[in-house]
Amino acid sequence: MVVIPERIDPASVVLSHDEIRRYSRHLILPEVGVEGQKRLKAASVLLIGTGGLGSPLALYLAAAGVGRIGLVDYDVVDESNLQRQVIHGTRDVGRSKLDSAAETIADLNPFVAIDRYNVPLSSANALDILSGYDVIVDGTDNFPTRYLVNDACVLLGKPNVYGSVFRFEGQVSVFYAREGPCYRCLFPAPPPPGLVPSCADGGVLGVLPGTIGTLQATEAIKLITGIGQPLIGRLLLYDALEMSFETIKLRKNPACPICGLNPTVTELIDYEAFCGVPAHDRSTFSSEGAPVRAITVDEVKARLDAGDNLLILDVREPQEWAISAIPGTLRIPKGEVLARLDELPTDHDIVVHCRTGIRSADVIRVLQERGYTRLYNMAGGINAWARRIDPTLPVY
Amino acid sequence: MAYIKIPTPLRQYTGNQAEVAIRGATVDEALRDLVARYPALAPHLYEGDDLRSFVNIFLGDEDIRFLQDLATPLSEDARLRIIPAIAGGMSF
Ligand SMILES: [Zn+2]
Repeated sequence: MVVIPERIDPASVVLSHDEIRRYSRHLILPEVGVEGQKRLKAASVLLIGTGGLGSPLALYLAAAGVGRIGLVDYDVVDESNLQRQVIHGTRDVGRSKLDSAAETIADLNPFVAIDRYNVPLSSANALDILSGYDVIVDGTDNFPTRYLVNDACVLLGKPNVYGSVFRFEGQVSVFYAREGPCYRCLFPAPPPPGLVPSCADGGVLGVLPGTIGTLQATEAIKLITGIGQPLIGRLLLYDALEMSFETIKLRKNPACPICGLNPTVTELIDYEAFCGVPAHDRSTFSSEGAPVRAITVDEVKARLDAGDNLLILDVREPQEWAISAIPGTLRIPKGEVLARLDELPTDHDIVVHCRTGIRSADVIRVLQERGYTRLYNMAGGINAWARRIDPTLPVY
Repeated sequence: MAYIKIPTPLRQYTGNQAEVAIRGATVDEALRDLVARYPALAPHLYEGDDLRSFVNIFLGDEDIRFLQDLATPLSEDARLRIIPAIAGGMSF
C-alpha cells in the first residue's frame, strides 16, 4: 500500500449528512469507507489541461468527492473539441474552457472547491501552482509541457499521474521520483522535432482520451486513498484496436538528468528550447527550422487564373483528401514524398500545401536538401483556401 | 523468427504493419534486420550506426538496458517492442 500525499489528513474534515448520502456507494466499500472518503475530501488534485484527458478526469474526480480541484487551461472551447472533451457542451463553444468545466463540475458536485488558472503553464509559474496540490495529473498534449510537469513534480516531490494518447494508442503511468522512476528516466530527452510524427496524424479516436483519462482518475484516487497497487514503476500500454492492456516495467535510471544520482537539471529550464517546439499556440517560440518561401492562397488563385503552369502538391493523407481538396493537384502524402521524387520536376514552380501549412513547410525543407529551389509553401493550407477562395469546401 | 511491435507513430514506415517478423540472434541483429526490411524506419531508430538515445526497446516487459542491452540474446519466439514518446493531442 502506498499512501502518497502524507499531508492529507482525514481527521481535518467531517462528512455532512448530504455528503454521506452522496458518497454512500464509496462508504460501503470496505477499501474506501469513511476514512477513504475523508481522505478524498481532504485532498487536492491539480489537472493540467481540461481537454480530452482532463474532461473525464475532472468529471470523475469531482464526482468521487476530491475536496479541491485545480484546473489549468487558457483555451476556449472549439467545435472540434466536442468529439472527445465531454465536460464541455455545444452551448459552450467560444467560452473559456475553465469556465465551462467549472460550471459542469459545480453542477455535478457542489461540495468540490475549484481553483482556476487561466494561463499556460510555464517555467515561471509551475512551481507556484503545483506546490499547492497533493497530486498532479498531466493531461497536456505537447512535449514541452510534459517535461515541465515532470521536472516540477520531481523538484517538488509530488506524484505525477501521466497519461497520453495517439490515434488508437494510450499510455498511463505514475511518475513519482521518491518511490520510483520519473518520465525522464524513460525519456531523458525528447525526440528531435523532425522525428516527432507530425500530427495529421493528430487524429484521435474520441473515446480514447476517455479511457486513458479515466485510468488516470483511478490512479489519482488510489494514491489519495492508499488502496491497491499504483502504476509506479510500470507503464500501461493500451491499444484500442487490439483491445489490449499491457504493462512494462520501468526502473529508476541512475543516470536520469533530474532524479538520478548526479542530477544535471536542478531547476526548471526553457522547455520549448529543450524540445524545439512551441508548447501552445500562443507561444512566441519559433523552431530552428529554416524559413521557407510562402505564397498566399490569393496569389495561387491569381496565378492559376492567369494560366500559369503551376504544380500544386498536396501532402496530406488520403483520408483528408476525402474531406476537402483542390481539383487538379498532385497528391502525395508527406511520408511518401521522398520515395516519389521522380514525379516532382526541379525546373517547375511547385506550390506545396497541407491542412494549415506546417507539414508542407517540413516537406519543402526536405526537398530543398535534395536540390529543389522552386518551392512555395501555401500559407494557411487548404483551410485558408476554403475560407478565402472556395467556400464550398469545409474547414477542418 | 522474433517479432517486434511497431508503435502507431512509426507504422507509416512499415506499410502500416503493427507487428513485424524479424531475424536475429540478438536484439542488435534483429533491429538491423528490421531497418534493412524497412529502410524508411532507419532514421527514426538510428543516428549513424548507433541506436538513438530516446528509442526505448523492450523485450517482453523489460527494458533491454536492464538486460544485456543490444547484446541481449533472442529466443525464436521473442517479442520485442518499441516504446514511443507520445505527447498526445492534436496540432497542425
Ligand atoms: Zn528520473
